[in-house]
Amino acid sequence: MADRRRWADLAGLSPFLLYVAIFLGAPTVVLAVGAFRGPDGWTLENLHAAFTGVYGDAFVVSTELSLISAVISAVVGLAVAFVIAAAPEEGPLRQVVSTASGVLANFGGVPLAFAFIAAFGPVGMVTRWLSTNGVDISSFSLHLFDLSGLVVVYLYFQIPLMVLVILPALEGLRPQWVEAARSLGSSRWQYWRLVGGPLLFPPFAGALLLLFANSFASYATAAALTSGSIPLVPIQIGQVMSGNVAAGQENVGKALGLGAIVLVALAMGGYGWAQRKTTRWLR
Amino acid sequence: MTVLINEKAASISLTGITRSYGAVRAVDGLDLEIASGELISLLGPSGCGKTTALRIIAGLEQTDSGTVVVGGKDITRTPANKRDMSMVFQSYSLFPHLSAADNVAFGLRLRGVKPAVRRRRAIELLELVSLDHHADRYPSELSGGQQQRVALARALAVEPKVLLLDEPLSALDAKVRIQLRDEIRTLQRRLGITTVFVTHDQEEALSMSDRIAVMSNGRLEQCGSPAEIYSRPATPFVAEFIGSMNHVPGIADGATVTVSGSRLPLSVPGSGAVTVLIRPEAVRLTDDPNGNTTITTISFRGPVTRVIGRLDDGTPITADLPSVQAASFAEGGRVHVTYAEEPVLTKAAD
Ligand SMILES: Nc1ncnc2c1ncn2[C@@H]1O[C@H](COP(=O)(O)OP(=O)(O)O)[C@@H](O)[C@H]1O
Ligand SMILES: [Mg+2]
Repeated sequence: MADRRRWADLAGLSPFLLYVAIFLGAPTVVLAVGAFRGPDGWTLENLHAAFTGVYGDAFVVSTELSLISAVISAVVGLAVAFVIAAAPEEGPLRQVVSTASGVLANFGGVPLAFAFIAAFGPVGMVTRWLSTNGVDISSFSLHLFDLSGLVVVYLYFQIPLMVLVILPALEGLRPQWVEAARSLGSSRWQYWRLVGGPLLFPPFAGALLLLFANSFASYATAAALTSGSIPLVPIQIGQVMSGNVAAGQENVGKALGLGAIVLVALAMGGYGWAQRKTTRWLR
Repeated sequence: MTVLINEKAASISLTGITRSYGAVRAVDGLDLEIASGELISLLGPSGCGKTTALRIIAGLEQTDSGTVVVGGKDITRTPANKRDMSMVFQSYSLFPHLSAADNVAFGLRLRGVKPAVRRRRAIELLELVSLDHHADRYPSELSGGQQQRVALARALAVEPKVLLLDEPLSALDAKVRIQLRDEIRTLQRRLGITTVFVTHDQEEALSMSDRIAVMSNGRLEQCGSPAEIYSRPATPFVAEFIGSMNHVPGIADGATVTVSGSRLPLSVPGSGAVTVLIRPEAVRLTDDPNGNTTITTISFRGPVTRVIGRLDDGTPITADLPSVQAASFAEGGRVHVTYAEEPVLTKAAD
C-alpha cells in the first residue's frame, strides 16, 4: 500500500525527474566519465592536471574569491536584514529593501559588469565626476579588473541574496522567545547566546554555503569584467570548452567541471541540511 | 515526589495603571490588590486591555503612570528580567532548539545551576505536569497541550514570586483545555503561588479563580469571587458578560421595577422605561392557560432543561429549570412567567 503510494508520487514527479535527468544527470555522467578517460583508456591524469598547475591555481583563486565575497556578504547582509526585521512590517523601508534585494540578487553577468565599468571604471561617470570635484578613485578603478575588484562587484548581488535568504530566519524568531527568556531572568546577551544565536546559526551557515556556491559558479560577470585575465574555475572551463587550449585537453576540462560540481554540491548539501534543521524547529 | 511549596509568593498592588498606544487607552487607571497565593483572573472581551495589564506586571511593557508594588516593593521601573516572575504565553513560546527538559531547566541555567542538578529539577517539574517520559522530546514533537504543560513547568522551575498566564489554554481544543485548566488550578493551590490568569473565557475564569477582575475598555468593572461576580454583578456590562441574561422591558420607580407584572427590587435605583436584566435561572414558570407567555422550545440539557418562550408583548424569554420541574411543560403551552425576588440591574430601554 505504502509502496504503491510512493510509486504514484514518483509518477507525478516524473516530468521534473526527466528534466533533471536530461539537463543535470546526463551532463554530470558525461563529465564524470570523461574526467577519467585518456587517449589510452582509464586514467587519473586529467584529475591530476585539474588540481595542479594553472588549473590548480584556478581552484585556489576561485575558492578565495568565493570565500571572501561570501563572508563579507553574509556579515553585511545579516546586519542589513537585522535593520529590516526591526522596521515596521508595513513600513516603506521593508518594502523597498525587500523588492530591491529581489531584483539585485538576480542582477549579474554582463549588465552588472558594464554598469560597474561605466560608473567606476577609469573613465567611468562616477570616477570622472568625483575627479572634477577633487576626489581621485583611480586606484580603485584600476583594481576593478583584478580580484579585489571582482570581490566588490560580487558583493553587489551577494549581499541582496544574503538579505533575501536570512530575512525569513530573522523574522522567524518569535517575540515570545525573547519575552519568555526575559521573564525567566535572561539578559539580552544571554538571550542571544542561548536562544537567538543557536537558532540563527544553521540558517546563517546555510546562507554562507549558498553564497559560496553562488560565487563559485558565477561565470558571466567575471568573464565580462576581467576578459578572462583572472584564472577562475568557470572561466578555465569556458576556455577549454571553446577550444582555446592545446588539443587533448577536453577531458581535463571535464575533470575541472567535475571538481566544481562536487564543491558546489557539497556546499548546497550543507545548505539543505541547514534548511531542514530550521524548518523542523519552526514547524 | 518532592514537595514544592513556594515560599516566595508575594502580594501585588496595582495603583492607577494607565497605558496608551496613540489614541487608544489600552489600560485606563487600573487599581487592583492581589493577595499572596491567590489566583486572580483578568476577564474581559478581546481588546479590553488584559494582556497589556499583565505585561505591565511582568515588566514587558511600561506603564505611563501608576505603580506596581510586589511584596511591598515598588518595582514599577524594574526591568522584566529582574522581577522574579514568570510568564506563560498563549502558544509557541518554548525554545524550539531545546528539549522539554532543557526548556524547563532554562531559568536554572541562567542562575548558574549545575547541569546535573538542573536536569534533576527539570525532571521533577515535568513529573508535576505528567510529562517526565517526554523529557527529551523537542517542542515540535509535542502536542499543543503538552507544549503548554512544558511551558508551565518552565515557568514554575524558577520558583517565581508571581506566575503570569496570558490565555495559555485558548489555542487548545476543548477537551485538553478543560483538563489542563483543572491541572493548573490544582498545581497552583498546591504550590500556593500568586497567579494572574488572563482569559476572555468566562467559564474558565469562573471555574479556576479565587477572584475575578472583570475589565472593559481598559477599566476595572468589578472584582470579586466567582459567586459574587455571577450573582451580584455590579454593572450591566458584568451582568451580560458573565453567563446569559434575559432582556425584559420594565418600568422603574425608585427602588423597584415592574416587569411582566412582577415587582422586583433594583440594585441601583432608577426611573422610567428600562430594560431589566434577568438570569435564565431566575425565571419561574407556572402552568396557566391565562398566563402571559407561550412556550416555543424546550431543550433538555441533563440536570437542567432550557425552556424558551415568548411573552405576550413579543419579548423572548429563556428559563433554565431543574429538569424534574420542566417535565410538566410542553412546546406551544401557555405558562405564567414570574421572577425570583432578587435585586436586578437595568439598562436604558432599547
Ligand atoms: N503594542 C501595541 N501597539 C498598539 N496598540 C496596542 C498594542 N498592544 C495593545 N494595543 C491595543 O490596546 C488595546 C488592548 O489590547 P490588549 O491588552 O492586547 O487586549 P486584550 O489582551 O484584552 O485582548 C487594544 O485596542 C490593542 O489594539
Ligand atoms: Mg490578550
